[in-house]
Amino acid sequence: MENKKTQYETVIGLEVHIELCTKTKIFCSCSTAFGSEVNVNTCPVCTGMPGSLPVLNKKVVDYAIAVGLALNCNITKVTTFDRKNYFYPDNPQGYQISQLYHPICTNGYVTIQTDSGERKIGIHELHMEEDAGKLIHDEECNCTYIDFNRSGVPLIEIVTEPHMSSGDEVIKFLEKLRCRIQYLEVSDCKLQEGSMRVDVNVSVRKKGDIKLGTRTEMKNLNSFRAITRAIDHETKRQIELIEKGDQVQQETRRWDDGKGTSYVMRSKEDAKDYRYFPEPDLPPVVISNDWINAIRENQPEFREEKIDRYQKQYNLPEYDSRLLTESKQMAQCFEQTTLLCNRPKEVANWLMVETMGLLKDRGNDSGKIPFSPKQLADLIVMIDKNIINRTVAKEVFERIFYDGVEPVSYVKEHGLAMVQDDDSIRLAVEQVIKENSQSVEDYMAGKTRAMGFLVGQTMKAMKGKADPKKVNQLVEAYLKTLTNI
Amino acid sequence: MNDIDITALELSKKIKNKELTVRQVVESVLERINEIEDQIQSFLFIRDKEELLLEADNIQEKINSGELCGVLAGVPIAIKDNICTKGIKTTCASKILENFIPIYDATVIKKIKEAGMIIIGKTNMDEFAMGTTTKTSAFQVTKNPRNKKYTPGGSSGGSAAAVASKIVPLSIGSDTGGSIRQPAAFCGITGMKPTYGLVSRNGLIAYASSFDQIGPMGNNVSDCAALLEVMSSYDEKDATSRKINDYQFTKGLIENIAGMNIGILQNDFDNTLENTIKKALIHSKEMLEQLGANVSYVSLPFTLEQALSTYYILACAEASSNLERYDGVKYGFRAKDYNNLQQMYQQTRTQGFGIEVKRRIMLGTFTLSSGYYEDYYKKALKVRNKIKNQLAQIFEQYDVLLMPTAPVTGIKLEECNDNNPTKHYFSDGYTVIANLAGLPAISVPYGYDNNGLPIGVQFVGNCCEDKKVIQAAYTYEQKIKGQQLKQNINSKR
Repeated sequence: MENKKTQYETVIGLEVHIELCTKTKIFCSCSTAFGSEVNVNTCPVCTGMPGSLPVLNKKVVDYAIAVGLALNCNITKVTTFDRKNYFYPDNPQGYQISQLYHPICTNGYVTIQTDSGERKIGIHELHMEEDAGKLIHDEECNCTYIDFNRSGVPLIEIVTEPHMSSGDEVIKFLEKLRCRIQYLEVSDCKLQEGSMRVDVNVSVRKKGDIKLGTRTEMKNLNSFRAITRAIDHETKRQIELIEKGDQVQQETRRWDDGKGTSYVMRSKEDAKDYRYFPEPDLPPVVISNDWINAIRENQPEFREEKIDRYQKQYNLPEYDSRLLTESKQMAQCFEQTTLLCNRPKEVANWLMVETMGLLKDRGNDSGKIPFSPKQLADLIVMIDKNIINRTVAKEVFERIFYDGVEPVSYVKEHGLAMVQDDDSIRLAVEQVIKENSQSVEDYMAGKTRAMGFLVGQTMKAMKGKADPKKVNQLVEAYLKTLTNI
Repeated sequence: MNDIDITALELSKKIKNKELTVRQVVESVLERINEIEDQIQSFLFIRDKEELLLEADNIQEKINSGELCGVLAGVPIAIKDNICTKGIKTTCASKILENFIPIYDATVIKKIKEAGMIIIGKTNMDEFAMGTTTKTSAFQVTKNPRNKKYTPGGSSGGSAAAVASKIVPLSIGSDTGGSIRQPAAFCGITGMKPTYGLVSRNGLIAYASSFDQIGPMGNNVSDCAALLEVMSSYDEKDATSRKINDYQFTKGLIENIAGMNIGILQNDFDNTLENTIKKALIHSKEMLEQLGANVSYVSLPFTLEQALSTYYILACAEASSNLERYDGVKYGFRAKDYNNLQQMYQQTRTQGFGIEVKRRIMLGTFTLSSGYYEDYYKKALKVRNKIKNQLAQIFEQYDVLLMPTAPVTGIKLEECNDNNPTKHYFSDGYTVIANLAGLPAISVPYGYDNNGLPIGVQFVGNCCEDKKVIQAAYTYEQKIKGQQLKQNINSKR
């Protein structure tokens, strides 16, 4: 089987649904807030009441254009909505308002880095549509309820060309896509929560074949891991079918991540005829060049640009630049903190080591940094000015992270500033040397390690608030005076 | 007594002059209902007497205090049952919405309430406005007050009959392919379909969204113009709503058409146009010329058959989608016996919709299906655009067009049956033209045929030239007034 496998190549295209984080729904003014009590965020429009009419939320168009530009798409000058007709209880109108004939963005691409170099993944189109409600099955009463809070939440669907050939490439594409969209702040793109939903179209063909094989569509993929596993599994399944002399059926399959397998949801014969036609309740949306330019001017600096700039402007290593720009929040925190304290590498270290470490401990993947750039900058300035040493700084940082303390006042109130006057350190050194004659003797006998012990004891006596360098100097000087005697 | 056997504007003047109280007006409406409604059956729902009288008193107070000063304050009105009224059943004359009570008022309802008009009840109609006779209603058969052997026309047959039988001076209808104008013509009243987008469709239960338009029905052009002024507005809740500079349609009530270029439609529909109507048009031409208009015959560059086919393909396609929401899940009727979701849908819709609605859903579903979309829906859309452009060209030469409202003066109740389902589709031939292009059109009575049935003619204008259409119709109406004997609707024939 394994050697058979190498005779085939996998061809993958994606359909990615992304929930946009506008304040209100796409065709009415209901809130899009997640987690509200059921059916609270509803009105006649998003529950499909007779006589209600959709009115387009312009913000959705803004967001779609911004994503389209970020994916190098052409923006359609006159874009229209179409109705996709089907019966299902979560679809209150009996049709979904979507775009088929003139989607808002077409013909874009995203570049990804693969083992074989840079690859362009084509974007076939991007269109706007509305989300459906949610069915809640109640086992106890053997009935189903409908929550329409999600009905009418704006979605964009991004359809790629079949330009990917492995799970690894798919993940790279999705990571880049997610990063761009998060930088635009138009969606949080969470697979687990459904604000990003990925359907994967997979087909296989013998290497060298030009004709595409029959594809299947895989749904219910709730993590990057599930996507990779499903692709591997589906590739294997299709190759096995072909090797057995069977044919791959065009069908929609559902991935069961628990069982690590998929099963048929819908065969081609069951494929619905959605009877798309232009939505008569919504006039065409005319997108002027001015509109596009206004959005283009407001596009953020994306990750790739930041990675370049960080290396040039801040002299950061590429590794640091990549890590810091994974999330826009982290990058912004870095830039703003650096602006305040002008110590880029120091800021980078605090963010990459302490901050990311604590965020990880907390299991917080939202990337929300619980402190302000000023708090971190103040801390760094105090280290710079030798007001506190690094050991104390780490303790203070934890308090900043968990309790939101202001570092300057915290250090003052808790008397954590280093003792600056040499006399009191000298006194402590004298005392330590008096109390540890054995160590002094060891030192005299050439065991230089004994000095480290004496420094440590002095630091302890100073309750850690002395500059270790200074203590070192003073201990050494004192010992030297002893040997000279 | 019949206090309300006067126009709406006269009525409101009397209320203002304290010759009549709003309570007296409502009482006389209810009295008239008692007298005649049993025979005509124009209402599906009549509001509770006490509630109406209380509302009348409230409005009276507001009129007295000067809070309400609109020209139609205190005037009773009937509403077609496909327009959502908060807290009042709105059924579309369909079993599937039999007990549906909207949670919101349509924009037009808000506007007429603000104007101090009193909604008496909801009127019968063809189910989901699909029909030309009001006989497809799931609930009752409305009769033509002019001759009870005849239908009142449709689909706004109840609204037309309520005005024609002098229950209310004004009513609201909706016009998708002629549903205001044809029943207005059949019942001998005036009915107007404004330019598409002038009256908000928010709250109008959709039949065919790109055609549907709400409009006024009344005893004369002035009343209709006054009601249109109240109803129309730009509405941000309707994305197809149209902003215009001036909503004062009563300004069009000018008795003067001197120099106006009027085209009289020559197209016939398979020679089906009744002779009396042809004669009416010839006579109308003379009258219009006497009034100083430049009148000439005009042939449309498309046939009425083409217009009619285009209309039915597109309207049914939109309808098949618009009516998908009636699935038994959320509101309205749900069938009792089913074992699964699919059966619930099937049984609910099979039992809930009447035959004509099902027929149009089937037609529309067919024309939108893959493999047929290009041949039917898309082609019809192209033809519609062509028709629009051709009409725009015609209106470069003409101010208004005059044409029959319907090719016949009436449809007998006994002629309506399901044996020949599309037999009456042709009666929309002249009216659909305005809907295809979104143009304003008003049907006004010409007179009566030998059987005593009213003859209606319609003036069609260019997009947004509603005022001009009103002006032409008003001038024509004033001229007709002197020529025709009014027929007493209570006389036996």
